[in-house]
Amino acid sequence: MVESAIAHDHGVSHGAHASSTGLSNNKMGMWMFLGSECLLFGGLISTYMLYRGRVSSGPQPNNIFDIPFTSVSSFILLMSSLTMVLAVSSAQRKDDRNTNLWLTITALLGATFVGGQVYEFTAFYREGLGFTTSLFGSSFYALTGFHGVHVSVGIIMLIALVGMNRNNRIPGDKAEVVELIGLYWHFVDIIWIIIFTLVYLIPS
Amino acid sequence: MSTATTHEEATENHEVEDHGLSDKQYIVIALILAALTAIEVSTYYVDFGPFFMPTLLILMVIKFVTVVSYFMHLKFDNKIFSYLFYAGLLLAIAVYCGFLATFKFFLKQG
Repeated sequence: MVESAIAHDHGVSHGAHASSTGLSNNKMGMWMFLGSECLLFGGLISTYMLYRGRVSSGPQPNNIFDIPFTSVSSFILLMSSLTMVLAVSSAQRKDDRNTNLWLTITALLGATFVGGQVYEFTAFYREGLGFTTSLFGSSFYALTGFHGVHVSVGIIMLIALVGMNRNNRIPGDKAEVVELIGLYWHFVDIIWIIIFTLVYLIPS
Repeated sequence: MSTATTHEEATENHEVEDHGLSDKQYIVIALILAALTAIEVSTYYVDFGPFFMPTLLILMVIKFVTVVSYFMHLKFDNKIFSYLFYAGLLLAIAVYCGFLATFKFFLKQG
């Protein structure tokens, strides 16, 4: 009974496989994945930092960025983290209706952010910054594009989760599945916190 | 008795682990993050002088740690999860600082 209580305390979900650590394997796998993602984005961010001043042709970073617009996008993504954590909180209370509501709002906020990024990329391209225009352009589009793809994958996962939750087709512990997707979503947000400061706010 | 007490403690811990904070507390944290973002954006309009770069970097770290600790529940979860994540993060910082140093990035900035 004591062992059972300890396993319960350490986050082994109902229906989840017991592990030698007493922790949820799914959750540990997600944290390892997020740790490895730090290396991916670290590479992209440091490449951008190195190349942002290398503009042989086309516009300079400081002349092209629209800080007020990007600030609103950043605020939207930040607020999507709040709605995501409220979805996780609702799932833990087994409140399916609010879980679906908050997940849908999170997906909509994420879609707004991606829409803003598409608009931004289009505006930059019209101003003469293509992917191969300069090293700055290549590293900027690679970094922010990879982040945008991550947000898009997150939106697909959120929509799928809402659909599965409505049909009661989520296998295992529902709250843990919502939490795992929440971890991914928050990670996307913290990466943007870094990108917003290093890429947009600190001039080259 | 002791078994029952352990179970009660475990149940209490489980509640803390599951919920972390109340919804109201999450909203307060989100408002603090929004305020920090507003200060960050203000550096674009107001001249912070020599405090410009440190202000932005400190605010970035505070926002990062706040989201990881509270929204991602790392503060309330098992320490192994913290080790896994921060190991990856610190490895990335070390590797890419070394990478940038190789290209004399920090010298150029100074």
